[in-house]
Amino acid sequence: MAIKDFNAVKNIWVFAEQRHGKLMNVALELIGEGYRLSREMPEGTKVCGVLIGSEEDIAPLADELFAYGADEVYKLADPLLEQYTTDGYTKVLADAVEELLPEIVIFGATHIGRDLAPRVAARLDTGLTADCTRLDIDMNNYIDFLVRDTTCNTKGLTPEDPKKDLLKQTRPAFGGNLMATIITPRTRPTMSTVRPGVMKKRDRDDSLKGTPIDVKVNLTEDDIKIQVVEVVKAAKELVSLTDADIICSGGRGLGGPEGFNLIREFADKVGGVVGSSRAAVDAGWIDHSHQVGQTGTTVKPKIYFACGISGAIQHLAGMQTSDCIVTINKDPDAPIFEVADYGIVGDLYKVIPQIIAEWDNAEDLANHAE
Amino acid sequence: MAYKIIVCAKQVPDTNEIKTNPETGTLIRDGVPSILNNDDANALEEALKLKDAYPGTKITVITMGPPQATEMLEECLAMGADDAILLSDRALGGSDTWATSNAVAAGIRKVVAEEGDFDIIFAGRQAIDGDTAQVGPQIAEKLGVPQVSYVKEFSIDGKEITVKRALEDGYELIKLQTPCLLTAIKELNTPRYMFINGIYKAMKYPIKVWNAADIGVDLNTVGLKASPTNVFKSFTPKPKEPGKKIEGDTDNDLAKNLLIALKKKHII
Repeated sequence: MAIKDFNAVKNIWVFAEQRHGKLMNVALELIGEGYRLSREMPEGTKVCGVLIGSEEDIAPLADELFAYGADEVYKLADPLLEQYTTDGYTKVLADAVEELLPEIVIFGATHIGRDLAPRVAARLDTGLTADCTRLDIDMNNYIDFLVRDTTCNTKGLTPEDPKKDLLKQTRPAFGGNLMATIITPRTRPTMSTVRPGVMKKRDRDDSLKGTPIDVKVNLTEDDIKIQVVEVVKAAKELVSLTDADIICSGGRGLGGPEGFNLIREFADKVGGVVGSSRAAVDAGWIDHSHQVGQTGTTVKPKIYFACGISGAIQHLAGMQTSDCIVTINKDPDAPIFEVADYGIVGDLYKVIPQIIAEWDNAEDLANHAE
Repeated sequence: MAYKIIVCAKQVPDTNEIKTNPETGTLIRDGVPSILNNDDANALEEALKLKDAYPGTKITVITMGPPQATEMLEECLAMGADDAILLSDRALGGSDTWATSNAVAAGIRKVVAEEGDFDIIFAGRQAIDGDTAQVGPQIAEKLGVPQVSYVKEFSIDGKEITVKRALEDGYELIKLQTPCLLTAIKELNTPRYMFINGIYKAMKYPIKVWNAADIGVDLNTVGLKASPTNVFKSFTPKPKEPGKKIEGDTDNDLAKNLLIALKKKHII
């Protein structure tokens, strides 16, 4: 049954997703975001990390959650939870929500978070907003964001809006063509999944300590209807687009799979990671794990080099918040130039080798330039 | 062995063709073609492959939407689906994922009441207009069956199903029994085209259109007013300030001038 008593609920829960005893990066990002939001809510609101798994896997993770800002850590431990299953995780998490009554529950929008959250929300009969890229409580911050970054007409929207205390969950829709802010006005908890790589972790502070709270779980083998036979890690080069400071991405303009040899050489030189557009993945030139964009990975590096990428809206949705975008493209009318901070109209096969050759001289060049 | 399969599908605007009006922050939907949602085509294809392997298998496609969604159902019939149901009622309009799953689950219960239990529900992972990936799992919850999302490989032996569920960095190999709900991703298969006899059948086929009363759904659980989530604001992102074009007479000059600009702004 949906929780409708707003006075009964308190605190922000973060599903602290772990796989085989290792926290997902997004869990720490969400602790950081939850910390920020909790301080905009009534005094005493806490951000709580919720660990689910076997005792051996999750017990060592509590210290890390505290060090990144969690006020409380809940442990939902059972041998039956060693592998992620929709059934097992849904039961223990929904039971814990009904017992401890959080106001907000946020999940990373991973393949597991996006499997678990809708099932939990349906069991609790509450609202869930998918794949958020921004969360707000404070109305002034939210209005500032709308004025600064969007075309939204904010007329009539004031800090005293009747909806001011609700979590404002902003997400892209229609392939990134439109943004919407979603609220959950009548039921609790408010639930969201949040895109990995968007929110900021706090700096680790190992002086922050706490004692995790064990939450009793009530789970039997009969509750779990699926059997995970094995979990297989793909044997391919490790791509960590979300953590990269520099990304060198190639697109259709490379003309063929061999073009990624140059992109790889470029990435090696600048200490970056190789990304790609969907067009290059669809053409079979490179594995999907490299794909940046709405249906790939969302990235926010310090520098994003877009090489031979036209800038389809799906791609832009995944990289346009990069700190600096550099594009190299033959076509001066390509939409990518509209979001680029620096654009070179030219042949990438001629320009990139020159950038590679001059990269180590950048300091000298800048000193001698006017 | 023959199976009873339900496929959940959605008619969506082709988001590749959508433009926005930056002045008003609204979508320009005029002239944008409506299509069978991509992942749902993969869901239907997997059902059709099952029917190829086990003749006598019956595939029922169910959708919720406005009356013109029958066009999409005709396409599904022309690909080889046996039966098609449209849930359509003003009372269902504006439903969020929770309310949608209540309506579709009620529609599926009516199918079960008329034709017996289903073995598998195939749905697409997500629809390209909303990108939520929530309705499949929420239908499974409302029907009380297990789910596997992000399915990229499927096989069945009697009642035992084996699937690979895609993860970001690999996959899980999962076994489960019918009845269940599986959500498909594009790696699962390549959807077939419509065929001539199928098109002929689709043109004459009486697609079932059920309203809220037909499916007996509680009106407090469907539609805009019952939906737990509401749109507070919708808008488009502001276009960025124009960037700087790097000039240079040679490729080497272009490279040098770029590096100078990046260095001076302390970007590198």
